[in-house]
Amino acid sequence: MSAGVADIVADVVVVGAGPGGIAAATRAAESGRRTVVLDEGAEMGGNIWRHRAGDGVPTQARKWMARFARSGAMVLNGASVVDARATSGGDGFLVTAERASLACRVHGRALVLATGSRERFIPFPGWTLPGVHGVGGAQALLKAGLSFAGKRVVIAGTGPLLLPVAATLAGAGARVVLVAEQAPARAVVGFAVGLLTRPESLLQGARYRAGFFGTPYRTGLWVSEARGTERLEAVTVTDGRTTREIVCDVLCAAHGLIPNVELPRLLQCEVANGAVVVDNHQQTSRPGVYCAGEATGIGGAELAIVEGELAGLSAAGSATDVELLRHRLRPLRRMAARMEHAFAPRAELRDIVTPDTIVCRCEDVRLRSIESGWNARQAKLYTRAGMGPCQGRVCGASLEFLFGWHADTVRLPSEPALLSTILAGTADESADSLHQGA
Amino acid sequence: MTDTWIVTIVADGRELRVAPGTSVAAALLGAGITTVRRSVTGEPRGPLCGMGVCFECRVTIDDVPYQRACLVTAKNGLRVTTAQQDAS
Ligand SMILES: Cc1cc2nc3c(=O)[nH]c(=O)nc-3n(C[C@H](O)[C@H](O)[C@H](O)COP(=O)(O)OP(=O)(O)OC[C@H]3O[C@@H](n4cnc5c(N)ncnc54)[C@H](O)[C@@H]3O)c2cc1C
Ligand code: FES
Ligand code: FES
Repeated sequence: MSAGVADIVADVVVVGAGPGGIAAATRAAESGRRTVVLDEGAEMGGNIWRHRAGDGVPTQARKWMARFARSGAMVLNGASVVDARATSGGDGFLVTAERASLACRVHGRALVLATGSRERFIPFPGWTLPGVHGVGGAQALLKAGLSFAGKRVVIAGTGPLLLPVAATLAGAGARVVLVAEQAPARAVVGFAVGLLTRPESLLQGARYRAGFFGTPYRTGLWVSEARGTERLEAVTVTDGRTTREIVCDVLCAAHGLIPNVELPRLLQCEVANGAVVVDNHQQTSRPGVYCAGEATGIGGAELAIVEGELAGLSAAGSATDVELLRHRLRPLRRMAARMEHAFAPRAELRDIVTPDTIVCRCEDVRLRSIESGWNARQAKLYTRAGMGPCQGRVCGASLEFLFGWHADTVRLPSEPALLSTILAGTADESADSLHQGA
Repeated sequence: MTDTWIVTIVADGRELRVAPGTSVAAALLGAGITTVRRSVTGEPRGPLCGMGVCFECRVTIDDVPYQRACLVTAKNGLRVTTAQQDAS
């Protein structure tokens, strides 16, 4: 074994410590399984519960964190998983992570992938300027200590995240001058009617509206350009007929969320419509590999928790509460499907991209250098689009929206990693030798 | 947000004082350093996703290049080098 390589042996290995991963790990550990959770964040909690020490945490998060702490599951924070593969002995999986520049290998008999989601970015002229953040991105920066006090902020794009983020930023002292939802009013209203079957969500919506009372919320409106030289100075918004310029310091723009399927793809789990396919045990097409939370489709924290519980129990071989949990899944999944339909990006968003617009920001590939007759692989080959440090995590969705291309295979590593980490993961030892070494 | 400003980092030779728990990305933006790197064709870039996905926030931290500023928590004495230095 090479120096600096740590080996841990567990029954269940969970990747991702968001609501889904926390619920999965808790349930697996409570079932008596040695459980290890890895997450690349400095704190547990994923995209919704991650917080700074001392700041307010939602009750549901506190409850699950406490239950997780009691469960005996072990957590490795700051650990980016770069590889996962079946051991040659066929007795489980070897997960390789990079932690503080050191490789770390964890062996497990079962794997739960709870890698969550990221924001979908659709390019528009000027979207690469400093001062343009994602919608959840701005919220993450706020949570990480950035002050938005006194800033003129425009929030644009689509999805149910626009309103809560507007409320949060306004509450933190920002001047939210416009919230522009690209979806037409009828779609958003349709969604609100859908919410009636879930009163608690509706209440949440009302609270958000109160939180940024006076902020104009417009539907059927989108950003056609962001302008500035060294940083953002103004944005132009349009409804397809007229345009309006708004001076601002910050633009938060994103078009909903997309599942993180890189690691599942690396393990050759079946992916359909950009989401990991699971059976009613949350098992993927690959036996022993489970998936829970937004990697299986965008549906919010509540759905992620229920899926996580099911995945954790299944990975532990337990049948406790399984029927009850499946029953709770159904309405949550219906709601998720309605949401996806209501907030689908409109076709006009393709028309605002000019030949000069950057479509791959890692490699500065502009629209004009890409030919629509190509596929994603040819674009990579001829222009390097998708070959930058983010490995297509940002431009993959952009190119898919613009050209209808799908990201195909994932090459190792699934995240940029040190060579020593990659080598540690490919030195395929069976679990037996790991057990002896442990 | 607390009012105890006890963490001091050094960015491009300048001292930045932030609340404990602040990420390096938030510390830089808060100090008005909006361009943290230059793109391959020299364009100004800053944090986009805030959560480790986009790599737009990468800087040199304590002489280690290529660190995602949004994933690193500010600690006393931490030294950051951004593209701001060679931008001018
Ligand atoms: C930026 C953003 C902001 C959001 N804000 C809100 C909000 O304000 N309100 C709301 O209701 N919902 C919000 N959501 C949606 C919310 O995140 C989800 O509903 C919920 O968190 C899903 O839980 P999850 O466990 O599936 O995934 P997540 O919470 O996304 O957790 C996945 C975890 O996996 C980790 N991970 C992924 N890949 C790897 C890897 N290779 N190695 C190590 N770790 C890895 C990530 O670090 C992350 O912590 C937001 C989503 C995003 C992307
Ligand atoms: S944006 Fe294209 S590879 Fe990162
Ligand atoms: S802001 Fe995207 S990786 Fe840091």
